[in-house]
Amino acid sequence: MADAKRESGISRAAVNAHLKKFGALYAFLILIAINSISNRNFLAVNTFWNLLIQAFPIIITSLGMLFVISGGGIDVSVGSVMAVAGALNAVIMNGIYPFFPKSILFGVIMAIVVAGLFGAFNGVMVSVFKMQPIVVTLTTYIIARGLAQLIANGKILSFSNTPFNAIGIYRLPGNIPIQVLIELLFIIVTAFVLKKTVFGYQVQAIGENAQAAKLCGIRTTRVRIMIYVISSLIAAVAGLLVSSRTSAADPTNLGALAEMDAIASVAIGGTSMSGGKARILTTVISAMIIQLITITINMNNIHYAYARVMKGIIIILAVYIQQDKSR
Amino acid sequence: MDNNLLLEMREIDKRFSGVHALDSVDFSVRKGEILALMGENGAGKSTLIKVLTGLYRKDGGQIIFDGTERNFHTPQDSQRAGISTIYQEINLIPHLSVAENIFIGQEPRNAFGIDWDSVNKQARQLLLDNGIDIDVTQDLASYSTAVQQMVAITRAISQNAKLLIMDEPTSSLADDEVQVMFSKMRELVAKGMSIIFISHKLDEVFTICDRTTILKDGKLVGSYDIDKITKLEMVSKMIGRDASNVLKRTVGVYEEKPGTIPLVHTKNIDNRVTLHGVSIDIRPGEIVGIAGLLGAGKSEYAKVLFGCDNTYTGTFEVEGKPVRLKSPKGAIDLGFAYCSEDRKVEGIFPHMTITENMTITALPRISKFGVVDSKKQKAIVDKYIESIRIKTPSSEQLISNLSGGNQQKVLLGRWLSMNPRLIILDEPTRGIDVGAKAEIEALIREFSQNGISVLYISSELEELIRNCYRIVVIRDGQNSVELTDQDITEENIMKYIAKNAKETEVDHG
Repeated sequence: MADAKRESGISRAAVNAHLKKFGALYAFLILIAINSISNRNFLAVNTFWNLLIQAFPIIITSLGMLFVISGGGIDVSVGSVMAVAGALNAVIMNGIYPFFPKSILFGVIMAIVVAGLFGAFNGVMVSVFKMQPIVVTLTTYIIARGLAQLIANGKILSFSNTPFNAIGIYRLPGNIPIQVLIELLFIIVTAFVLKKTVFGYQVQAIGENAQAAKLCGIRTTRVRIMIYVISSLIAAVAGLLVSSRTSAADPTNLGALAEMDAIASVAIGGTSMSGGKARILTTVISAMIIQLITITINMNNIHYAYARVMKGIIIILAVYIQQDKSR
Repeated sequence: MDNNLLLEMREIDKRFSGVHALDSVDFSVRKGEILALMGENGAGKSTLIKVLTGLYRKDGGQIIFDGTERNFHTPQDSQRAGISTIYQEINLIPHLSVAENIFIGQEPRNAFGIDWDSVNKQARQLLLDNGIDIDVTQDLASYSTAVQQMVAITRAISQNAKLLIMDEPTSSLADDEVQVMFSKMRELVAKGMSIIFISHKLDEVFTICDRTTILKDGKLVGSYDIDKITKLEMVSKMIGRDASNVLKRTVGVYEEKPGTIPLVHTKNIDNRVTLHGVSIDIRPGEIVGIAGLLGAGKSEYAKVLFGCDNTYTGTFEVEGKPVRLKSPKGAIDLGFAYCSEDRKVEGIFPHMTITENMTITALPRISKFGVVDSKKQKAIVDKYIESIRIKTPSSEQLISNLSGGNQQKVLLGRWLSMNPRLIILDEPTRGIDVGAKAEIEALIREFSQNGISVLYISSELEELIRNCYRIVVIRDGQNSVELTDQDITEENIMKYIAKNAKETEVDHG
């Protein structure tokens, strides 16, 4: 009796460990299988590119979120910062503000600088003033969304036929979308920074044990500020790309709930919500899972609201599997 | 049952997720006595009190209070039965008036609710009875700690307490205020009340108490009449070692090269909370030990040296130059290293590998433009796994899979790779088995031979005696004595741990 019990305990532990490592991949494959069966066109190359293009904002913001979460924080302001970046760039590009030059480059730079300032605000409040990350970034979430609406004067700003639109639609020889290339670049850089640089090690050390990190001489305040800046900068890039693709910046809906998808990707990817070891590849796969859920729902003509329910169920399952049961 | 007993606790057991906080403890209080409950921090004193007052539920045993078996489920329960507690941090409400504090929960009422007139009148009378003449309508916070303490006692009396528990009641009182409190305590006892007195100040215990019960590691050591035990005996029972033991020392006398200045010179380090004047010098290659009871300020001093506490006053010089460290980073830049007493909370990164754990501090030194040179990283790890004999199948093993001794070695490797000038070790052998302990002690002596200074903090006197050139005894956040050479004996150390502050001052002339 006792032996049997112990054996089943071990195998359950093994199954758990396996699911922890490969769970996201399995979910991804299952979703692809479902889609291939229910829709014959799914397995076309173009669907693949579309998946990567559509998943772009989720993938890159989840990489930003990966820095924040593995560093022991959380950033719920991502979606609003995306909206600020999109709106700011649109008004400058459209020349609505006469005192700014009507230039795409200037618009992009301003969008990124302002996003960086929001990130710095988040970081300083969390690390210098020791405020709860969720409270600080929730405040930024509200302020930034408001600012986006003020910038756009509450209207959807559209533009067309500018070189800026090209980023969203241009394809390289071989039909490879330029966005996919940018995406790949972000993944590689993130992996490199987290795995190979002093900063990457320090971020994860702080998330794992902030007190010990400080005693190891890590400038925890500085590193913490930087992770929030990174998250916001990436949010700006995501916001710009979404507006480039849609030829518009909607201050109310651009990036809405994007932070939730990013957090979910990191969670499903197996990075501990309390910080520590960052898992890059599984985070990217999880981001694609989330996009795939939306695609699956759309292709099968199911109401979009179901996508949310599905996402919720998958997140809670994933986090349950990942959680350290010994605690 | 002995008619003379007010409280009897039999075979009390309490566990906290695996930790045996109280192991079959017998404890009794007679009517009309002042009993000192003694033991180091973590010995189980507060747990026992919390079990008694109903804050914790006991896992086993019996509590007989005033002749009947009782099970208090909440502190209110025990209060109603006649047990009052006064904590170190006074458990009254600072922004209510004195009178409200005395009567809170039991206010006299009239037709319109609380009868404030009567509250204030009765409170004033109660305080006057106890020799305190103050305006009871003022906020409690507007009075001194001593007065607040007396208000707390008055409240206890007003509740007709039979047993008064005083947990470190004198820690924030001046000497004359302590005397006032003592005479009040004697008065209460004369009227038949019993008092449990918890204090780490031995002098006070010997002045005011009739009997003492000593706990160690959750177990009862014994109960003794105060006039039949000496301070030295009490300390050795609290630490659990026999003072007559003679221990072999493995290091000799520190040979000072003429003209060398101390690496670290500190004088009168005072942070007004835990440290009240600690002065220690550490010379190059010297192993200096700090002895003292838990809570005496040993770890707190270490934190000042390592830049974790920037609130202190006093002199802090490194090689003759004054420094003021604002963060551990500053200390590390000076060549200091620090292994905390709490390996789990302040040392290891549990979900990270040996490599990551060992090189986290050295990373900035083995990187170019922020990119870690993984060859150098591997070289460091291989070097220390080899030289300090870390037993592990691979350097990519998670540190939490290692034994305590090997985890500690990884942390030592972390600091050795920085080529430190001073290593501060706080309880370096805690939770480590005997074999690994000996190895780590040998490593520490090796550091000193290589010219690294060591500040060795330990509650294991034998360890300090074996390994230190010089031992500084700290008591209540102050230097008690500095021992060298043949003066380093267990008996001597305990004597100075136990000694009272005034005698020490005389010693230093």
